[in-house]
Amino acid sequence: MAILLSQIVFIEEQAAGIGKSAKIVVHLHPAPPNKEPGPFQSSRNSYIKLSFKEHGQIEFYRRLSEEMTQRRWENMPVSQSLQTNRGPQPGRIRAVGIVGIERKLEEKRKETDKNISEAFEDLSKLMVKAKEMVELSKSIANKIKDKQGDITEDETIRFKSYLLSMGIANPVTRETYGSGTQYHMQLAKQLAGILQAPLEERGGIMSLTEVYCLVNRARGMELLSPEDLVNACKMLEALKLPLRLRVFDSGVMVIELQHKEEEMVASALETVSEKGSLTSEEFAKLVGMSVLLAKERLLLAEKMGHLCRDDSVEGLRFYPNLFMTQS
Amino acid sequence: MEPGNLTPESKLLTAKYKERGTVLAEDQLAQMSKQLDMFKTNLEEFASKHKQEIRKNPEFRVQFQDMCATIGVDPLASGKGFWSEMLGVGDFYYELGVQIIEVCLALKHRNGGLITLEELHQQVLKGRGKFAQDVSQDDLIRAIKKLKALGTGFGIIPVGGTYLIQSVPAELNMDHTVVLQLAEKNGYVTVSDVKASLKWETERARQVLEHLLKEGLAWLDLQAPGEAHYWLPALFTDLYSQEITAEEAREALP
Repeated sequence: MAILLSQIVFIEEQAAGIGKSAKIVVHLHPAPPNKEPGPFQSSRNSYIKLSFKEHGQIEFYRRLSEEMTQRRWENMPVSQSLQTNRGPQPGRIRAVGIVGIERKLEEKRKETDKNISEAFEDLSKLMVKAKEMVELSKSIANKIKDKQGDITEDETIRFKSYLLSMGIANPVTRETYGSGTQYHMQLAKQLAGILQAPLEERGGIMSLTEVYCLVNRARGMELLSPEDLVNACKMLEALKLPLRLRVFDSGVMVIELQHKEEEMVASALETVSEKGSLTSEEFAKLVGMSVLLAKERLLLAEKMGHLCRDDSVEGLRFYPNLFMTQS
Repeated sequence: MEPGNLTPESKLLTAKYKERGTVLAEDQLAQMSKQLDMFKTNLEEFASKHKQEIRKNPEFRVQFQDMCATIGVDPLASGKGFWSEMLGVGDFYYELGVQIIEVCLALKHRNGGLITLEELHQQVLKGRGKFAQDVSQDDLIRAIKKLKALGTGFGIIPVGGTYLIQSVPAELNMDHTVVLQLAEKNGYVTVSDVKASLKWETERARQVLEHLLKEGLAWLDLQAPGEAHYWLPALFTDLYSQEITAEEAREALP
């Protein structure tokens, strides 16, 4: 079942609502006299509706719009059926009703375009004002640089919070709006409270990705950006909270309970010794942590000289470092 | 003012200059504070008229993001930023980030942490459910770029017209990437394929493929006709793959 693209006058989207799916309404030219037989010979309506029960209407609409813009069928030899795609055929009597409908659609399309262009216009004006803020912040940052330490802490804090509101990268430190705003300090303290129990359940350590999901799922709204989380975690140690951020050599970032590292490495060594040797997957399963973090812990133990590795196509396996203990 | 060799007069001038500098900075901070309040009002007005447009129209979102980038503003930097609070763009992308992480985690046992943007898109849409806001591939890419702040792990690798999304910190250098791109056509490569297309020596080709095997991104097929095939599960389409659970996957291996 198919309809020639040249039959289409105009398409519009209808958003989904409660109990109804998203739709694309396709307004059509009247059927040509020699149209192929189809499910219906004729219809009272001059449009069809495509219903998207689950998803996909955005992509479909985009591609169809593209095709409508390009109108490639105009360049193709008229081998298939008939029909130019504009206006009535010469000599055909056209019902006034259809012309009226087409005119209305044209008006509606212009208005939709106008709405969108109004939005773009407003957006452009807004951006001009935003740009002024960026320039101003650069100028202030230069003053701060010149003063080289004469600026008060209060002023720095104020400045950073302004940058935070606007989403401007801190021109002095190059960090995105700089860490250490009041907001992040509060956030750090909140995190310490929220994460204590989950950390203990997971062997004292969680990857930042896990933390991001856990915290945002719990919040439901007013979610944290990844950078919010990182910047708050960077302050944990300075604020003397019982957790801290740690970055492994591989670049993996974790939150771990303080003072647990030696314990954790010692227990890792014990576990490996008990079993003779372990891969990251096996260790992860035994201890109940993610494979990623299990690997990091084993690597850490190796770095400290407690374990050594056997690296082959079958995988990476760790053994107690007998070179050290049995020398 | 030149450092060193300061006369008392010039020292005084320097001090006065610096003091003026202090006053100037404070003035500017006060000015910025005022302008910030004004901007907030403008943004509120914009939001009241066009907030829906941003939520519903992915094209508009792209325009919005591009314009912000041009002037040097990151609307997604913080949930506490004006953009996020008033336009709601923050929650949209941060939640998407969570959904992306969850999909990648769920499929990791199968594809080793590598997935095409298409499949990710499909799975995310499925997970979001019928009534949720539709998301475009551009939205996914932006969310993933933000996730990179959480430490290594997320990467975006261009292959044959689309992208592979990496969600585990496997070390992939240029050699690995180019072999992935080669594999995109058929879902697998052989050592000979690599040697022929990339003009590499046998050893280099084998090392790269073995690395992909070790990282769990490739599966070895010794029963293929001819030589061993290295399959990339990430590149399987629905035609070739079937849904198996992690348990089944483990049992299937010797």
